[in-house]
Amino acid sequence: MDMVWVKNMEPIIKVENLTYAYPTSKDFVLKNISFTVNKGEVLAVIGPNGAGKSTLLKALNGLVPHFYGGKYGGRVVVSGFEVLNTPISKMSTKVGFVFQDPEDQISGLALTVWEEVAFGLMMLGYPREEIDKRVREAIDYVGLTGLEKRSPFELSGGQMQRLAIATVLALRPEVIVMDEPTAQLDPLGKYEVLSVIEKLAVSGSTIVLAEHEIEEVVYFADKMLLLDKGEAVAYGDTRKVVTMVEELKRRGVDPPSVTELTSLLKEKTGVDVALPVTLEEAVKIYSELLR
Amino acid sequence: MSEIIRVEDVWFRYEGADFWALRGVSLTIKKGELLAIIGQNGGGKTTLAKNLNGLLKPTKGRVMVDGLDTKTAPTHEIVKRVGYVFQNPSHQIFESTVWKEVAYGPTNLGLSPEEVKQRVEWALSEVGLQGYEQYNPYDLDYGKMKLLTVASVLAMKPQVLILDEPTTGQDHAGRRLLSYLSKKLNREGFTVVIITHDMRFVAETVNRVVLVSNGEILMDGSTREVLNAFDVLKKAAIKPPQIVQLASELRKKGIDINALTVEEALQEILKHYKS
Repeated sequence: MDMVWVKNMEPIIKVENLTYAYPTSKDFVLKNISFTVNKGEVLAVIGPNGAGKSTLLKALNGLVPHFYGGKYGGRVVVSGFEVLNTPISKMSTKVGFVFQDPEDQISGLALTVWEEVAFGLMMLGYPREEIDKRVREAIDYVGLTGLEKRSPFELSGGQMQRLAIATVLALRPEVIVMDEPTAQLDPLGKYEVLSVIEKLAVSGSTIVLAEHEIEEVVYFADKMLLLDKGEAVAYGDTRKVVTMVEELKRRGVDPPSVTELTSLLKEKTGVDVALPVTLEEAVKIYSELLR
Repeated sequence: MSEIIRVEDVWFRYEGADFWALRGVSLTIKKGELLAIIGQNGGGKTTLAKNLNGLLKPTKGRVMVDGLDTKTAPTHEIVKRVGYVFQNPSHQIFESTVWKEVAYGPTNLGLSPEEVKQRVEWALSEVGLQGYEQYNPYDLDYGKMKLLTVASVLAMKPQVLILDEPTTGQDHAGRRLLSYLSKKLNREGFTVVIITHDMRFVAETVNRVVLVSNGEILMDGSTREVLNAFDVLKKAAIKPPQIVQLASELRKKGIDINALTVEEALQEILKHYKS
């Protein structure tokens, strides 16, 4: 019997006309943003620096507006809770947040990797056996087994970011938000972290991810939201957004090299091929075209 | 071309460390070169770069800069010749305005106020920051802060410019601008050394690549040679740019495409497509 995976189509994140300004900002940094994320979906938020990506992510766990204050309009609902009316302490049990710089995430209080992952669970008063089980699972999931006794500050960048992800996973949030988690890492670190994110995506986690590594993100993001100057200038299925080559370039975002190449070729020759978004698709298209 | 930097069998160990960060590195950089030092973090590329301008001195072996031995020559003589732009702009910026930040170096060189003024104006125009003179550096966006740190080093008119991971934290537009700026400065006569692990940036910017791993030089060659040496890159856990991978896959299928960048690939494919 043929089996297919069917994703549950219930939106777990609903953002409606979100508009926001920090107390100190002259202009609105988010303007009338709307989107939904269903359970098990991955949304990639792309755009130049200063577009509002981080601010948008912080609106999902309540840091915006509860921590920063400012002018706020519209509605953000996550797991049935309206963020504006829900304290951060409550939102943070629903939404796990991974920062760009793993050093911002590490508590600095734990002496070992194991303690760092256990920290949040201890604060929440989980029983010892449950903590043990969850910590072991989270460390194993991100591939840090064997490093439990290390100091978090002795880890490489990629290991430290995977530790940050493990601390979030141990709390089993309903939504995982990641703010450019690979931006500060070397290629090995990027690969390690993107592999963990892809594994989470495939296993049905709900993820909102800001990321510049678009050539990698296309493999696991279901949808994309292109932000520029606080506005959602494109939103939809990943393939649709990533093939809007002109629009992306105009906003200072590079589409995958193979997508850009093929778009240029079509412009020059008028050849009728679909735009590839991955290396494998491009190899297939060009080996047929140039045979 | 005459040489500007010669690294002779350099071994380097940080104080208190029980391992060598550099293990017998030899390298010659000629005047007017535009090259990248690539490799993973912890592999030794920043240690090597800091040995090039006397920020670090070799534990064994020697580094000659413009004929001066970095171990014996006064550090300010080396720094005058080799400027270093740090990865994190906030580790470098300390003045309250853009103008003062760029004027700091030339003022310290003991230049006349008139000469300092000329240098600052020139350096800011080189990086496209004219009009920002009175801004507080921390009010600039991250991309412009990076440009400011480049201007501050340029104002010293070094012969060699070292850029440490210039694209980290930059968006795509920032990366393109830094690629353009590196090539422009190189055309104007500066020797430019870029420490980076951004392979697309490497493909689009430099002519020569030095691959450093575990404190040793694994490979030193033209950008085309190194980015196509998949086996060696794999040892250093580095993935070539997507275009280089595409060309390689197509060659395996008997389609002769040789390209490092989107533009090169387009030209090559057009040739095949027309024939």
